[in-house]
Amino acid sequence: MSPELIIALFAAAVQAGTPILFATLGEIVSEKAGVMNLGVEGVIALSAFAAFVVCHLTGSAWLGLLAGGLAGTLLCGLHSLVCQVFLGNQVVSGLALTLFGVGLATFLGTPYVGQATEGFGKIAVPLLSDIPVLGPILFRHDTLVYLGYIAPVAVWFLLNRTSLGLGLRAAGEMPAAAAAAGLNPQRLRAFGVLAGGFLCGLGGAYLSLAHTHLWTTGLSGGRGWVAVALVIFAFWRPGRAVIGALLFGGVMAFQLRLQASGTNIPSSLLLMLPYALTVIVLVFSAARARERSGASAAPAALGVNIEPEG
Amino acid sequence: MNLVIRKREESLGWGVLVVYLGALALAFCVCALLLKMSGKPGFGGLAILFRGAFGQTYALLDGLVKAIPIFLCALGVALSFRMQVWNIGAEGQFALGAVGATWAALTFPGLPGVALMPLMLLCAMLAGAAWGAIPAALRLRLGVSEVISSLMLNYIGILLLEYLVFGVWKDPASFGFPMTAEFASGGQIARILPGVLGKLHWGLLACPVAGVAYWVLLSRTRLGFEIAAAGEGERVARYAQLPYGFLVFFVMGLGGALSGLAGSIETSATLGRLQPTIMVGYGYTAIVVAWLARLRPWAIAFTAYLLAAFRVGGEVMQLELQVPAAFGPIMEGAILLCVLAGQFFLTYSVSLRPSPKAARPAPPANDANDAAKGARS
Repeated sequence: MSPELIIALFAAAVQAGTPILFATLGEIVSEKAGVMNLGVEGVIALSAFAAFVVCHLTGSAWLGLLAGGLAGTLLCGLHSLVCQVFLGNQVVSGLALTLFGVGLATFLGTPYVGQATEGFGKIAVPLLSDIPVLGPILFRHDTLVYLGYIAPVAVWFLLNRTSLGLGLRAAGEMPAAAAAAGLNPQRLRAFGVLAGGFLCGLGGAYLSLAHTHLWTTGLSGGRGWVAVALVIFAFWRPGRAVIGALLFGGVMAFQLRLQASGTNIPSSLLLMLPYALTVIVLVFSAARARERSGASAAPAALGVNIEPEG
Repeated sequence: MNLVIRKREESLGWGVLVVYLGALALAFCVCALLLKMSGKPGFGGLAILFRGAFGQTYALLDGLVKAIPIFLCALGVALSFRMQVWNIGAEGQFALGAVGATWAALTFPGLPGVALMPLMLLCAMLAGAAWGAIPAALRLRLGVSEVISSLMLNYIGILLLEYLVFGVWKDPASFGFPMTAEFASGGQIARILPGVLGKLHWGLLACPVAGVAYWVLLSRTRLGFEIAAAGEGERVARYAQLPYGFLVFFVMGLGGALSGLAGSIETSATLGRLQPTIMVGYGYTAIVVAWLARLRPWAIAFTAYLLAAFRVGGEVMQLELQVPAAFGPIMEGAILLCVLAGQFFLTYSVSLRPSPKAARPAPPANDANDAAKGARS
């Protein structure tokens, strides 16, 4: 492989990793607050559509992005309602959310299949983009990729350096203690789910506004599930989420290149790669978690609903 | 006024029906709204769906045909859900079952039906069980969450099926269509009474057999009690010295076998060959069914038929109103969300009480917490 090709591959990995990164960060925020959301796949699908449609109608990519985030928030609001108010099982509610969200995106999106939208264009960062090797890999992308550079830092800061983040983590580790300390764990959890939904929504918006620039069905393509798996890989830490997202972005980019190069490996086998890698990554993370402390880094009250007293 | 939420001491009785009907009604309202939003008649569209599902004899029979794989997969899913093991890999196990049966049918085409058919079903169940055992092994040996691994195996299983059908198993006489050669007649499940009962086939027999076996297993055997007890959680199970690892393997393997069986029946009865078009999401519908039925076999049978009928009606609506096929999953998702929320009222009762502050003088500061608790309980 020539150096140019390798650089192009890395650049493509950064791009393909960005939507996964947003979704993983979103799920981290939600799970840190104690709510497991298996609906990410549905959230990504629906927000990709919302972003596309708003951008298509208004011509503004930024409004589209906002719509994607809000669609994610709205759909996750449903999850929050079912799990927090009606104490529904978080796993089942998440699955229902995926069915509903993916279905809704396909249903509403049918009239738009194949239509293109402007979305976000590529902007080379002055000076930085001229750095050899790193420049083309990191600094000749669309604005959302750059937003993706800031997002992990912002999420880390929120979770570890603010009192809101402390409250979120308390709601995820031990809601009763949080309540005793005068916090409102239900409200904190709701915030975690909704903010997480917004971040996942940005990931979905990325797919239609910056990745494909057109609407097709099945745009989410399992990325939501990859994100759920990456949260475990990342030990619920935003920094490690970046590594995971890059890894998957790399595999997806590699697989696309290989397909385009006219290899005689059947495409069904190539398409298996990211899914097989997800399982491998989970195995690897479980092994590492065990050798570290024996306990997983998962929030203690993850997936456990807060029951009313009495 | 304060909302008072209390755990119910006795079950709701007929109120359960009211809760379920209410949740269904809410889900249908959402669906009607969506139809309306996309420029179709809202409740009129649902009327078409219901007429399509229950209006004619052949529609009822078609629903029964579709209910067969859904019922079998749902039993498999319910088995592991009993144990709080979240096997959501029925779709992939279904695919592997279809692959296993096809392998037998294509490898031994010369066998007579009495030998070939059991061999196909056996291969299907083994393949499905193996696919289900992978997440179980990953969880037990390595601590990998079965939710994600079983879901990933869905994608991989479907792609494996496609790989085979597009590649080594492709029928040279299919003009490039992705399908295998037609199975020998001994490898096809016949229709019961083609003139009278439409597409209904002998695969239906698998349902009562599996259903009764499921009921006997869970309510009449030691193993069944152990599964139910292990549903209290891994720590409780290990404390009670239950063979937790074996039980996880057992429910995932048997669940996989049931979904595999569904896959083989679907391949051999409705198509008589393997085609990627058999993957229509029965494995996901099965999860919805298992949860709506609260994991009980009779309710699973009824719910499987209900959702199968909605699928039939949905197809009619698709044709008449040009509604995208995605309407099906939306409906299933909406129903599951509404019922999930509604099930709250089965465990808790909600009533309005005057707020304690208005009714009583303010309690002393020290007792404030206890007083608040007392008012709520």
